[in-house]
Amino acid sequence: MNIKPYGDTLNDGAMQLSFTLPVKACGRAAEAARLYVLKLGFKDCSVVYQEALSDDFTFFVAYAKSDVSLDYSKVEYAEAVSDTMTMNETDEFISRHFGRKLVVVGACTGSDAHTVGIDAIMNMKGYNHHFGLERYQMLEAHNLGAQVPNEKLIEYARKVKADAILVSQVVTQKDVHIHNLTQLIELLEAEKLRGKMLAIVGGPRISNKLAVELGFNAGFGAGSYADHVATFIARKLAEKK
Amino acid sequence: MKSKLGLSKTKIAAARKSAEKITAPVQKFIGDHSTVAVERATLRLLGADMTSPDGVPVPNMLVDALKDRIQSGLSRYYINALLKTAKTPQELNEAIGKGFDITSFGLVDAHHIEQKGRELVDAFDRLVSKNVQHRRAKLEEFSSAVKSPLLYVIVATGNIYEDVKQAQAAAVEGADIVAVIRTTAQSLLDYVPYGATTEGFGGTYATQENFRIMRAALDEVSQKQKRYIRLVNYCSGLCMPEIAAMGAMERLDVMLNDSMYGILFRDINMYRTFVDQNFSRMINARAEIIINTGEDNYLTTSDAVEKAHTVLASQFINERFAFRAGMPSGLMGLGHAFEMDPEIKNGFLLELSQAQMAREIFPDAPLKYMPPTKFMTGNVFKGYAMNAMFNFASKATGQSIHLLGMLTEAIHTPHIADRFLAIQNAMYVMNSMADFQSEVEFKKGGIIQKRAQQVLDETAAFLSEVQKAGLFDAIERGMFADVKRPKDGGKGLAGVFEKGPDYWNPVEDYLKKSLKAA
Repeated sequence: MNIKPYGDTLNDGAMQLSFTLPVKACGRAAEAARLYVLKLGFKDCSVVYQEALSDDFTFFVAYAKSDVSLDYSKVEYAEAVSDTMTMNETDEFISRHFGRKLVVVGACTGSDAHTVGIDAIMNMKGYNHHFGLERYQMLEAHNLGAQVPNEKLIEYARKVKADAILVSQVVTQKDVHIHNLTQLIELLEAEKLRGKMLAIVGGPRISNKLAVELGFNAGFGAGSYADHVATFIARKLAEKK
Repeated sequence: MKSKLGLSKTKIAAARKSAEKITAPVQKFIGDHSTVAVERATLRLLGADMTSPDGVPVPNMLVDALKDRIQSGLSRYYINALLKTAKTPQELNEAIGKGFDITSFGLVDAHHIEQKGRELVDAFDRLVSKNVQHRRAKLEEFSSAVKSPLLYVIVATGNIYEDVKQAQAAAVEGADIVAVIRTTAQSLLDYVPYGATTEGFGGTYATQENFRIMRAALDEVSQKQKRYIRLVNYCSGLCMPEIAAMGAMERLDVMLNDSMYGILFRDINMYRTFVDQNFSRMINARAEIIINTGEDNYLTTSDAVEKAHTVLASQFINERFAFRAGMPSGLMGLGHAFEMDPEIKNGFLLELSQAQMAREIFPDAPLKYMPPTKFMTGNVFKGYAMNAMFNFASKATGQSIHLLGMLTEAIHTPHIADRFLAIQNAMYVMNSMADFQSEVEFKKGGIIQKRAQQVLDETAAFLSEVQKAGLFDAIERGMFADVKRPKDGGKGLAGVFEKGPDYWNPVEDYLKKSLKAA
């Protein structure tokens, strides 16, 4: 099935764009914006708005149509979790399959100082009416907070015999998260722990695809809650048993 | 100002009294102690600067070299070295940077050291007076263009020269305050990097040279725009007093500076933080730098409805610590935030109530209001609507410093147009409701009034519990932000020391005298 963006008619390919060019606002600038959009492969571009941000920068809003289409049936993608269990279902699943609590250690690692992601997944209260991992009867959740060095996370995970490590990465400027995540996997491998515990990463700019590429078991992006993470941990570990 | 919320003056006074009692024993501890960061800040204000070839700052080299003698205060030894070598501070710094040892000098007569100390402190006094005068004159000259609240934006490219472009563009678009966010983890460095920097993650290093570069850029755009553009940096972390010192010298206008943020949210040792915040606030007060406290952080980590009282409690504590450092209310930019779940029915009324409450309880404070971040999702369009509601709440309650929400919050550091859109949003909302605050009153016994009264009651109860426990123990037990911080835990404890009987710090003496601090 070939698909194109839907504006107000099937296959019109209509899209909305906004961007800034480093030039002074004027008629020529608007024309440059239009030509630039056409250069991207769009047809029928209209620049509907321009305004000077300063003497040297101009902001544009443009609408354009695209002829490009995509065969949707050829798109390959696997979510880390396709259907989630509720908290009670997960607890029950863990009791049945393991007969013990699963140990999860989480942290926002490296220089990243944002606890918001790891807290949303781990704290008792959770986020947006989804309880966090600390609330699960059958999970022993340890939240180490932010700016935790990878070495410290691993040392702690070994100490508490973690079944899964959760890493949150919020800051992604200059790919700092990629370096940090790669280092974590390398350390786990060097410590011969990689096969012994799940390694999971989350963050607004993280996808399952990226996570798997980097050597993690799963990745959770924007819109993920503790339910997703807990379901994945329980099922994946049961599968590995 | 007539109370729109029907808040009890007695209850407010009682909460203030609690804060006074909570901070008193801490202030006693502060008086008896100094830290490596306080000493380094003092040295900087006396003239110490520059680094060794491998980047160790001269103030840090002096701390390392003089070891236990720090208990007498390091000023004496630096001044002594100036007298012994007959060098200028600049010449001495260069020599120390290259490895020149000042530790083996015998001390010259105390009288000479004190006199030289006075001379150096006078030089600092002249510099800071010049900065204060300049700011006052510019604010006066451009007073007709002052917006209320002042619009505050952040730049965070990592490269100071790139920051300059974005900051100047933001000023042209209408921003009044520009903060250069710091690189991730600078708060945990126990030294201040040196020189202009072009590499940072999620922000730009706070260095004195970077301060100077941005100051010059904002002064330039201020002249063109006929508005005084204020510069902000982060006076927090392990180098809090040094950043204050650099800010005073380079005429920053606003500093993020909280009495407990570092303890709770950066795991910096509590004794270290309390001593450092006091010294840094004395410097900020002398330089007439507005501080912004970090109460918004209580709401990004906990629920904004349930934990509203922790914000107010922290504001009372921050206020009292600031008073004790000699800072007037007019420089206390106490913080709060618009962080409620947008799904809550009447959530906006609760936000309005709490913002008005902060305004009424701290009438003279240049309150700093923080935008939604926690419930920003990547849906930039809904985020833009949420920011409009935030803008409305801010104008409707007479906030002073308004940190603009970015529609791309939770996605990436702002694109240059994001700031423009945020400023346009705010200017539209705030202009179209310019006199809303004086036109509208709240229903007696209605949702808005009751909410504020409830938060005040909860705050009073919470503060009296903290008072009972004592602040050090309260933090240890996790009474703030659900974070437990042991007294001997966290970073930087090794840098705290008791002042010896011969402790001498001419900068501290001068600051206390000029501020009449507690």
